[in-house]
Amino acid sequence: MIVSNAVRYPTYVPATVAEALEQKAGVANLLPIAGGTEVMVMFNEGLLAPCPVQSLHRLAPEWGGIREAEGSLVIGALATYTDVRHHPVVRERYPLLVEAARVTGALQIQNRGTLVGNIVNGSPAADTVPALFAYGAQVRLLSTRGERTVAVTDFYTGYRKTVLRADELISEIVIPPPADGARHYYRKVGTRAAQAISKVVVAGVRGRDSVRLAWGSVGPTTLRTPKTEAAIASGADADEAVATLATEMSPLDDIRSTRDYRLAVSQNLLREFLKRTSPGG
Amino acid sequence: MTISADSETKLRYVGRSVTRREGADKLTGRSRYVDDMHVPGALTGRTIRTSIPAGRVRNVRFPDGFPWDEFIVAGPDDLPANEVALITADQPAFVDGIVRHAQEAVLLIAHEDAGLVHEAARAIEIEYERDAGVFGMEQGHVLKQLAIRHGDFEGAFANGDVIFEGEYRTGAQEHVYIETNGFIAWWEGDGVVLHGSHQCPYYVHKAVKHAFALDRDDQVRVTQETTGGGFGGKEEFPSLLAIHSALLSRKAGGRPVRLIYDRAEDMACSTKRHPSLTRIRTACTPEGVFKGVEIDFHIDGGAYVTLSPVVLSRGLLHSGGPYLWPAARMDGYCWFTNSPPYGAFRGFGAPQSEFAIERHLDRLAAKLGICPIELRKRNFLRKGDMLPTSQIVGEEPELERIVERALELSDYRAKQSGYGEGNGRGLGLSVFYHGTGFTGSGEVYLDSVVALEAQADGFVEIQVSSTEIGQGTETVFAQIAAEGLGIDIESIRFRKPETGAVPDSGPTVASRTCSIVGGLVERAARQLREQLAGRDIATASATGPVRAEARYQAPPGLVWNDDTYQGCAYGAYSWGCNVAEVSIDPVTAELRVESMWGIYDIGRVINPVLAIGQVEGGMAQGIGWATCEDVVLKEGAMQNTRVTNYIIPTSADAAELFVEFVEHHNPCGAFGAKGVGEIPLDGPPAAVANAVTFATGKDIAAIPIRPEDLLA
Repeated sequence: MIVSNAVRYPTYVPATVAEALEQKAGVANLLPIAGGTEVMVMFNEGLLAPCPVQSLHRLAPEWGGIREAEGSLVIGALATYTDVRHHPVVRERYPLLVEAARVTGALQIQNRGTLVGNIVNGSPAADTVPALFAYGAQVRLLSTRGERTVAVTDFYTGYRKTVLRADELISEIVIPPPADGARHYYRKVGTRAAQAISKVVVAGVRGRDSVRLAWGSVGPTTLRTPKTEAAIASGADADEAVATLATEMSPLDDIRSTRDYRLAVSQNLLREFLKRTSPGG
Repeated sequence: MTISADSETKLRYVGRSVTRREGADKLTGRSRYVDDMHVPGALTGRTIRTSIPAGRVRNVRFPDGFPWDEFIVAGPDDLPANEVALITADQPAFVDGIVRHAQEAVLLIAHEDAGLVHEAARAIEIEYERDAGVFGMEQGHVLKQLAIRHGDFEGAFANGDVIFEGEYRTGAQEHVYIETNGFIAWWEGDGVVLHGSHQCPYYVHKAVKHAFALDRDDQVRVTQETTGGGFGGKEEFPSLLAIHSALLSRKAGGRPVRLIYDRAEDMACSTKRHPSLTRIRTACTPEGVFKGVEIDFHIDGGAYVTLSPVVLSRGLLHSGGPYLWPAARMDGYCWFTNSPPYGAFRGFGAPQSEFAIERHLDRLAAKLGICPIELRKRNFLRKGDMLPTSQIVGEEPELERIVERALELSDYRAKQSGYGEGNGRGLGLSVFYHGTGFTGSGEVYLDSVVALEAQADGFVEIQVSSTEIGQGTETVFAQIAAEGLGIDIESIRFRKPETGAVPDSGPTVASRTCSIVGGLVERAARQLREQLAGRDIATASATGPVRAEARYQAPPGLVWNDDTYQGCAYGAYSWGCNVAEVSIDPVTAELRVESMWGIYDIGRVINPVLAIGQVEGGMAQGIGWATCEDVVLKEGAMQNTRVTNYIIPTSADAAELFVEFVEHHNPCGAFGAKGVGEIPLDGPPAAVANAVTFATGKDIAAIPIRPEDLLA
């Protein structure tokens, strides 16, 4: 059942990256689609304002893969959650990404949806973005004017707002290797056991003397908690860390959950993170 | 399964898991639902709805940019009677000046370009004058009030026994049938043809005939297409779509019109389970022997009467649970509010009130320092006991046996000592019952008729208005008919329900299809067998079909007084017990129902596989209502109108379910059958709540039980 008027969504299908970038520069308000798992749902439900649409599916040969380059992992803009889940290097070195892809949507969504779509969609509840924050991923942006690279942690400027310019497309993300011996922690707290949007989601990486934590669904964007990270890195105990966390997180009540629950669960998750990643543990 | 003595009688089909007739078509996608119907030249219709809960419509604006002269636009003035006929006809098919709830129909539009219709629908602007609405119970006006008085109530509370009280709440619940509501209508001459997804063809027929002020029954022909679930949600609500689609078609000169809701519209405007508030006060001896009970049972009816009086009735009649109360004062109140009307939902009020009493008993047991199972056993109904309506229990329910089997299967006693706040695990139990069929004199008023017809091609056709909505009507009726006729089941055919072509066997609701309508099918089959007198079907019907009809007759002694609310409320009762095992995550307070056991007496089990499937589905639906199904209301209307934010359990959430049957046959039901459809909803909420209290020490008094409440 589709309650949108399809004729209001003229569709562009670029055959090359160059053509895609030219269209993006030349057509106002052009909405790129990779898997379409967000856009098509909005379209079906009549929630997508009429706009021209750019289907990127023919760019799969250039943008579809996952590869290694100079020790980093490069994930193309059209790589799906399923690609991520099953890639041997991801499975070996980036367990948070495997887990995040596993808990996103259903298998059908994972087969179509892309990691880059999850980033660019800008939802603070995105399940893979905290993992990318925790791994310090870089986002590569292309336009007819050239290329630039932005840390994923600098990509968001507000609720569903990003630094992406009107003429830019994300071509790939680059993820540096995690430190040797680092411990990884990921947990999604959803509204049910599967096919859920998160109430709280957290990804954390703990190295010998560094900690990176990233949280979803507790603020207008995916959130880092640097004071808490610093406290842990400098040897604070769990009670101190949990108290610090409360000073740099102010979640909201919404249709899925409450501020109080989100804060309390985040604190419990932090305790679990500390326990699971404890150097002696 | 425990089989009672008379099952030694040789039965060829009844009691066997005959494969469901329409199952393969559904499984392979061959079934045609209403939206699959290709109707050449059909227009697409769409409903324009209110966005405020109370007030008046001042103006409707059709903005520039659309070819409005090409659209069919219809509203209240086009309808001879702007009324949806049901118990009363107080619900209009369109806002008639006064807005009484959000999502109420203001007008309809249709066009042959579906995309344009949806776009135009969003562009239409309505100007209102707003009033403050009433939201929630115990404010505003009472829609219906009922009272049951029994025994020496004053005396029961007067002599120093243990008096204990509590307050319990249940939330609304959305049906989430897999197929949304839909109708396609067109006019042929002076009559209208309607194809749709619904449970009750003759309800639709009555409503359409009334709204269009038609004289003859044959001017309305309603056909039920393959229906993707109902759960009560397609009992009364489809009449509104039928009127709307028929009206658009009439304004379009009889051209077919498709009116099919998408999920968001369906969830926003259609009926839900009535939210409830129950206050219970009990008097008992220190040993836990019940002396009396006082129950105030409130439900939110929404903006119109619809079926709320009968939901209130069933809820109140079941509010004492399957226990002996020597004295009772039970009062039911249904409240008008500015919500879309709440409506029929599997269980029909009983799941709400039985949650309250079963939760109350666990709390009472804790107060008395008695094991909650023991407390129940001291008060179970037995044969010859009197219900608060003065009905005498006519069979031995054997509730101890049912409970003991549930405890045994769940290994309750062995697990019990290790569970609790220490490990976040808990066990909970509930015992419950459910009356089969319409309440009181309802079945007499329905006056149901079924027909079996032997036809020249060698088939016997079952003609009923009872619908297949996923529960197995076609299959169990074929089993019953073949058994009664003594012929091969392959020679039985089920006629697609179409008013005029099949007799009115009543609505497909109230756990009545298998037991009560099935009983009529059994009678008609035995009668047809006599008429056939040993001849084969084709020979006997060579010169014309041989037809047998059976009409409902009240069982002897089934007398009910609607004024005093005394008498036999139901001709038969089903009984059951659930045990729930839950775990609470220590980090997130997420509640998981690990397992649930259910022992049920639904009388004769006609088809074990179908019965288990139906019961398991109901248990899962009850667990969902208790744990995650949370209708978020704003000014009376549902806000989370998507399957991504109205959370029903997925298979990853589903509990392990274990079901067994105990059979006490019902002399008036098909081969001894009692009601099965609704009882699965009665027990899970209280079993889960009792288990959560066990696991957390928190005194649960409301569902859904959210992790947000458990962590607080």
